[in-house]
Amino acid sequence: MIVSPAVDVVVDVGDIAVRFLTTDPELSGLLQRRYAGFLNPTASSAFEFDVSIVPPGRFRVDADLEVRVSGGRWSLERGDFRAEWDPVARRGWIQQTVNPYSADSVLRIVHTLLLASRGGFLLHASSGIRAGRAFVFTGPSGAGKTTMARLAPRDVTLLSDEISYVRKVGDTYVAFGTPFAGELGTAGERVSAPIHAIYELAWGDAHRIDRLSATDAVRALMKNILFFVDDRELSGRVFETACRVAQSLPVYRLTFAPDAGVWDAVA
Amino acid sequence: MTDLYIARGQRLAARTLATETVILKADDSGLYVLNEVGTLLWGAADGVTPLATIVERLICPRFEVDVASACDDAVEFVRALGDHAILTVSDRPITGEATPPASAGAAS
Repeated sequence: MIVSPAVDVVVDVGDIAVRFLTTDPELSGLLQRRYAGFLNPTASSAFEFDVSIVPPGRFRVDADLEVRVSGGRWSLERGDFRAEWDPVARRGWIQQTVNPYSADSVLRIVHTLLLASRGGFLLHASSGIRAGRAFVFTGPSGAGKTTMARLAPRDVTLLSDEISYVRKVGDTYVAFGTPFAGELGTAGERVSAPIHAIYELAWGDAHRIDRLSATDAVRALMKNILFFVDDRELSGRVFETACRVAQSLPVYRLTFAPDAGVWDAVA
Repeated sequence: MTDLYIARGQRLAARTLATETVILKADDSGLYVLNEVGTLLWGAADGVTPLATIVERLICPRFEVDVASACDDAVEFVRALGDHAILTVSDRPITGEATPPASAGAAS
C-alpha cells in the first residue's frame, strides 16, 4: 500500500493561521481550492489539526452540530465529522468524510474561540471596503446581507457576504475578509480595513439611517455574534467586546430598499 | 412602604453605557437593558440601603417626582427585575454573597 505524504493546508483568516494536516490528497485538494485566497503556507499557525478520513455513514447523518467543553477540551460532532482539540496545546484532530464543509465548521468555531480572547468576534454580517474604510452590515438570515453584497458598486472590495471578521488591531477595530461564503457563494478577499461603521439591516421602502444608542448597539451585536457553546467565561468576554465595540464605533439601523443607491447612502 | 432591600443578582455581567445599563445573564444568555431609573437603582443596589432611601436620595431629586408614587413604581420595578434574577429583593438587609460591582466587566 502506498501512503501519501502528509500535506499542510494553512488557512489564514484575520491574520490568524490554522493548519490542517492530512494524508488524503483528495481532501487536501478540496481544502486548497476552497481556501485558495486564504492560503498562507509560511504563516505560524495558531492551531493545528490532524485530519483523518472516515467513510460516509460513520456518524449520524441527521445529527445537528454539538459543541461541548469538558476537562478543558473542546469537542464537536455533526453528521459529517467529529473533532476535538485542546485550546491550551493548540492542537486537535478531525475525523471527517471527504468534503470541504467539516473543516469550514471547525474553522469558524476555532476562530470564535481565538477571537474571544483577542477582543473580536465573528458576526453574521456582510462587509466590504470602500475608499479604505470597512462597512459592516449585520442581521439574521433574510435581513439583506447578501443583497448588500450583491448591490456593492465596483469600487467595493467584498470581505464577506455572510460572516464578517472583527477584531481590534492596536486601538482600531478592523474588519478582515473571510472565506465563509453565504448565498452569494463567493469568498471574500483576504484584505482588511478599519471599520467605519456597523449597520443593523432592516427592509424598507426607502433608505434611512438611524444611529442606535450604545445599549441598542450591544443588543444588535449580541443577536448576531456567532456563538457555539454555552460557556460562561467565553460569553462574558464576548459581551465585554460587544460593549467596547458599541462604545468605540457608530452602530446604525439601516432601513433600505434593494437598489444600488443604498451604498451611496452609507459610503 | 415596608422597607425593601435590593442587591445585584449573581452570575451576571453588566456594563453601564451612558445612562443605560446592559446586563447579560450567564445562565440563559438573556440580555436586559435598564433605563436611566433602572441604572440608578442598579448602581445603588448594595443590599443594605433601604429602597425607599435610594428612591428618596437618587430618583426623586433627579426626576422631580413625589416620594410616595416614586416608591410605588420602584417596588414594582425591582420586583419585576427580581423575577428575572437581575436583582435580589428582600425585606431585610442582604449580606454575604451579594453583591457584585455595579459595572462588572465579566460575569460575576
